[in-house]
Amino acid sequence: MDAIILQILNGLDKGSAYALIALGLTLIFGTLGVVNFAHGALFMIGAFCAVTLQKLLSLSYVVIDETKTDFMGNPLKVQAPYVEKWFGPEIGEAIINWSVPLAILFSIPVMLAIGVAVERGLIKYFYRRPHADQILVTYGLAIVLQEIIKYFYGANPIPTPAPPAFAGSVDLGVALGFDPNAIIYPSWRLIYFAFAALIIGGVFSFLQFTTFGMVVRAGMADRETVGLLGINIDRRFTIMFGIAAAVAGLAGVMYAPINSPNYHMGMDFLVLSFVVVVVGGMGSLPGAVLAGFLLGILESFASTTWATTTIPGINQVIIYLVAIIVLLTRPRGLMGRKGVMED
Amino acid sequence: MSKSNLTRRGLLKTGAVAGSGLALPTIFTAQSASAFINDPTGGTVTLGFNVPQTGPYADEGNDELLAQKLAVEHLNGEGDGGCLNTFSSKALRGNGILGKKVTFVTGDTQTKSDAARASAKSMIEKDGAIMINGGSSSGVAVAVQGLCHEAGIMFMVGLSHSNDTTGKDRKANGFRHFFNAYMSGAALAPVLAKEMGKDRRAYHLTADYTWGWTQEESIVASTEAIGWETVNTVKTPLASTDFSSYIAPVLNSGADVLVLNHYGGNMVNSLTNAVQFGLLDKQVNGKDFKIVVPLYSELMAAGAGENIKGVLGSMNYNWQLDNEGSKAFVKSFGEKYGKPPSNSAQTCYSQVLLYADAVERAGSFNPCAVGEALEGFEFDGLGNGPTLYRAEDHQCFKDVLVVRGAQNPTSQYDTLEIVEVTPREQVMYPPNHPMFGGDAASLGECNDGA
Repeated sequence: MDAIILQILNGLDKGSAYALIALGLTLIFGTLGVVNFAHGALFMIGAFCAVTLQKLLSLSYVVIDETKTDFMGNPLKVQAPYVEKWFGPEIGEAIINWSVPLAILFSIPVMLAIGVAVERGLIKYFYRRPHADQILVTYGLAIVLQEIIKYFYGANPIPTPAPPAFAGSVDLGVALGFDPNAIIYPSWRLIYFAFAALIIGGVFSFLQFTTFGMVVRAGMADRETVGLLGINIDRRFTIMFGIAAAVAGLAGVMYAPINSPNYHMGMDFLVLSFVVVVVGGMGSLPGAVLAGFLLGILESFASTTWATTTIPGINQVIIYLVAIIVLLTRPRGLMGRKGVMED
Repeated sequence: MSKSNLTRRGLLKTGAVAGSGLALPTIFTAQSASAFINDPTGGTVTLGFNVPQTGPYADEGNDELLAQKLAVEHLNGEGDGGCLNTFSSKALRGNGILGKKVTFVTGDTQTKSDAARASAKSMIEKDGAIMINGGSSSGVAVAVQGLCHEAGIMFMVGLSHSNDTTGKDRKANGFRHFFNAYMSGAALAPVLAKEMGKDRRAYHLTADYTWGWTQEESIVASTEAIGWETVNTVKTPLASTDFSSYIAPVLNSGADVLVLNHYGGNMVNSLTNAVQFGLLDKQVNGKDFKIVVPLYSELMAAGAGENIKGVLGSMNYNWQLDNEGSKAFVKSFGEKYGKPPSNSAQTCYSQVLLYADAVERAGSFNPCAVGEALEGFEFDGLGNGPTLYRAEDHQCFKDVLVVRGAQNPTSQYDTLEIVEVTPREQVMYPPNHPMFGGDAASLGECNDGA
């Protein structure tokens, strides 16, 4: 039982990332009708917002330590962060340690700006082009973004730890009446799940309960009519692209402590997120979220020793297997609407 | 008036005999020497450096390339000469190789076997490379080694740690300076016994490809030999990025040691995930839980950050080694690039010098002659201490380093500290060892591409 709970937690955690990326993908597809293959790269850039802020906060001046030598035998140059000089060692260290949560605030305007710039500068020229063209141009954009990040940050993963307060793990088993150590789970992953739930709830509330959201939903249903009512739906859709980019970016920021960011981490999530969107149903926001968590949990269970010894390789194909079964039984996906991507 | 008996037939016969006589030295010298592929005929010789320049191992490939360029400089008599000053063989004089200036071309392996073979093939066929060196994956090394053997080109393996490279997949045209998984196990086991005890239960997570399999086999064998029990061995897909599903069951398995047979990004992520799950803070079976990473690299240590503190592993070389060869190399590399060399850089640098030295000693670029010069070659002064290039399998035998993630590194370059230098006698094995293909493993015939 404890093993099952652990894998459900793992699945919810993985599903959180899938759901957040798939949610953004669906928002963009639902509003602009664009299949955005650069969405994984936006997730990656979000993670690098955390890396960048950590580097900015760790900007240092050099102090020569005569008592130690470097690899060349010269006096050691010790890097001393400015924040520790300005605010004292303890506060300075705490600021650097909390760079990932601080990066949430840093990343929102950055990702919104990147999203709007990408939409205005590139995507808008492809609205009336076939989906294949959109896929090619956004995939190309993803490669360009990756290479830019690689140029500045290198190919090696960059450790971006969570604040020390959340670096450890929580013994959930004791709280649930199991033996100690039965259900140990990393604190930051629990925070990630809660954060994802908050963002997903926020996006749904924004669309459901604000005038802006109502207009966007109306535009998604019938863009032409909303336009005829004198509403500048294009501008709202551009903003929605920015919001979708921010959602992907936030998912990336919070993911940075889970796995050290590297320039190709977006591609690892992109294909799976597209499968999530298709399984959930093209254009369906609840479908994207549901499928994200569902596939995350299934993938987690398929990685257990029991599953891999029973069916070797199941951990690598489970998501695609489920996608095939869902599409055979429900061709529009779990919550797909009639008429979407069927013209 | 003298009468000449010269006839047209006679003149032709004489001419043919004289011509043959004049040509004879050429037939038996120059032409015989060029009876192998890519014989450098001009004033230069071209080496092919096949390293990952794109993809997740691009930084490691870049480090290899820096070292290879440095080796070329030293061979051509530029810079401070580096290990040419400390190398036990004095055949290299800084005037190129056999008097020919050394040039190089580069290829991008992308850490993919097919791409690596294509780039090696291009360097051999289009650029006339006489030797290929580099790489940071055993899958790539085995693939390129096979290609070079078929083409009749020398392959000086870069970073490859799988037993198979000089085991079941060994080739007459391939030579490996880097250590292997068996050696890691043999070096680590006594240290593990000393630091963790002989009553331990190990859980292995293993990258699902040639290197991971041979490392798991080697570490399981060496740890079971000291009394450890293997609780479980789980293969993880190479493309995995999140290892939480694999790590979550470890604590409840009864294991008190986690062995991560992962490399590069896989290792960075699996170790980070394991530390996040609090494994290192737990006690199991009344003992502190431990993690072992049998193969370390400096870049992996940098990627894993704080998580490597106290974690044991092994390396082929570390810049902190205090011998004359290492000091000369670190000085040369450090002055030029402003950082100490990684162990992948050191193996590539050594391989280029070893190849050039073997050519000088053989007096020929013919790969079979060069191979003969390398077989059984004993040398020192390249940074690893006394080393043997064993003739039977073309594997180098030298001391192996057991290292640990430093608790208090003074800079980004000393995140690993040397725990023990394991003498090479302790990591040697017979060429027909079962983990290396047994009696069936063979180098095959040397191919000079003629």
